[in-house]
Amino acid sequence: MTDLTNLGVKAIRDGVAGGDFTAREVAEAFNAAVAQAAELNAFIVTTPEHALAAADATDAKRAAGEDLGAMGGVPIGMKDLFASHGVQTTAASDILGGFKPEYESTVSQNLWNAGAGMLGKLNLDQFAMGSSNETSAFGNVASPWRKTGSNAAMSPGGSSGGSSAAVASRIAPAATGTDTGGSIRQPAAFTGICGIKPTYGRCSRWGVVAFASSLDQAGPMARSVEDCSIMLGAMAGFDAKDATSLKMDVPDWEAALSADLKGKKVGIPKEYRMEGTDQEILDSWEQGKAWLKDAGAEVVDVSLPHTKYALPAYYIIAPAEASSNLARYDGVRYGLRDLPDGAGLQDMYAETRAAGFGDEVKRRILIGTYVLSAGFYDAYYNQAQKVRALVSRDFENAFAECDLILAPTTPTASFPLGSLNDDPLTMYLNDVFAVPASLAGLPAMSVPASLNADGLPLGLQLVGRPFDEQSVLNAGLAIQQRAGFDHAPKKWW
Amino acid sequence: MSVNKETVAKIAGLARIKMGDDELERMVPELNNILDWVEQLGEVNVEGVEPMTAVIPNTLRLRDDVVDADPLTGGGKRDDVLANAPAAEHGFFGVPKVIE
Repeated sequence: MTDLTNLGVKAIRDGVAGGDFTAREVAEAFNAAVAQAAELNAFIVTTPEHALAAADATDAKRAAGEDLGAMGGVPIGMKDLFASHGVQTTAASDILGGFKPEYESTVSQNLWNAGAGMLGKLNLDQFAMGSSNETSAFGNVASPWRKTGSNAAMSPGGSSGGSSAAVASRIAPAATGTDTGGSIRQPAAFTGICGIKPTYGRCSRWGVVAFASSLDQAGPMARSVEDCSIMLGAMAGFDAKDATSLKMDVPDWEAALSADLKGKKVGIPKEYRMEGTDQEILDSWEQGKAWLKDAGAEVVDVSLPHTKYALPAYYIIAPAEASSNLARYDGVRYGLRDLPDGAGLQDMYAETRAAGFGDEVKRRILIGTYVLSAGFYDAYYNQAQKVRALVSRDFENAFAECDLILAPTTPTASFPLGSLNDDPLTMYLNDVFAVPASLAGLPAMSVPASLNADGLPLGLQLVGRPFDEQSVLNAGLAIQQRAGFDHAPKKWW
Repeated sequence: MSVNKETVAKIAGLARIKMGDDELERMVPELNNILDWVEQLGEVNVEGVEPMTAVIPNTLRLRDDVVDADPLTGGGKRDDVLANAPAAEHGFFGVPKVIE
């Protein structure tokens, strides 16, 4: 029998449905792969029993001749930002140590309803704040990829670094991610996999630990465009429990996939040609244009004039929202409580938050508190929200001239763990190409394009109009078919 | 605009995060680097631009005016709500004494 852990979502689902193997065999194979990969530190908690129970349910349904669901028999990794009923959910922070939700997030419940099972809770940057998976209270995640001829541990990207490492190392066929300012796309690019952030509001935020609510959006990470389209379909949908949930039907993205881009115009934003971008990234961008032309698309130049202001605006808006969202961690209702002898309520708050939050989280809470404080609100927060409107307007204008935008996902390939820790700003710059689409709430995807001279993956990013995930996925498929990216990291774990 | 140690201490107080002298001193240059960098937003001409509050046009819905319209977020969940509390007593969240 073929090694089941080499299979993706579609192959597993169809194989189980067709009787080529059982869901239980699949779950056992991935559970074993997860157990063997502790060195990657991709999982905070493993839940082999959850994967097996879901698999048995799928096998029983098949025996009874029932519908197995869009994800029937597929075990996945769950980013530890989604509340899992009865399973420790931490957002990779000590402040949620031991927290076992009494409820299940809508997105994860949707996936279980579609027949998926859970291999475990995946590591991430603490509260999804980071671009390298080095801010987790549970330790760094190591990318399965290494530079050719080197043993240095590389970053899997962040914040969905456990997700990207697990999928790239084939210990999970797919994983959930969340994207606030690139946290699905950047790790996908760093590890040679696909990841899509849908239009803001497609996936319910209910039960997802909040970082910056106007930006947070869940999405799938998997090794092919087809797998992403299947899993996104299972995750998305209207949810009355999320005030910003989109009351729209979920299209059948999988059924409508087509790599024929005739009649589509693809915009190339000239402002993305930034100083400090690797030549190899620029070359892969050129290659991407050629691939899309080959698929029938017309390539046109477009302008997004406020691109350079998107990242600084993001680093006001996201920390501002985070400082407000994270006010809930008070040592009263859940998670950590640090109450020194004789301390009062205010001391308890301050001690608990000092002990529970990591450095990057504290830094962002302080920035957010500052930019929202009296006297600075207009100069910082309001100004940033106005710039955000302009960034969004840039996209509207560009989409009058094109249907899609093609850009690199990141300015560089992955970097060694620990190499960018001295200065938070250099780390932030990793998301310079990813953040504009987040600010505008647009669907955006990263697909693997090639390996660089060091043998590390590079990704290409596609950004679409609101609600037009289909065009993004279709162009992703066109790139996938032409790039023929079938590289896998060499197993060292 | 830049912050000094006193300002950082004040912000940390507002954010209810206890910070020692060393940590405050370490935060000052880190925060100033970030604040210097976001300062460039001041160059942007935003005349007549409304601050963005919703990225995707959406209307806020009203739920049906019935008890427990959604069983997951309705009432009758006291024990679930208290299940993760560090100190739950007599059906309430326990906190240190706040009234002298």
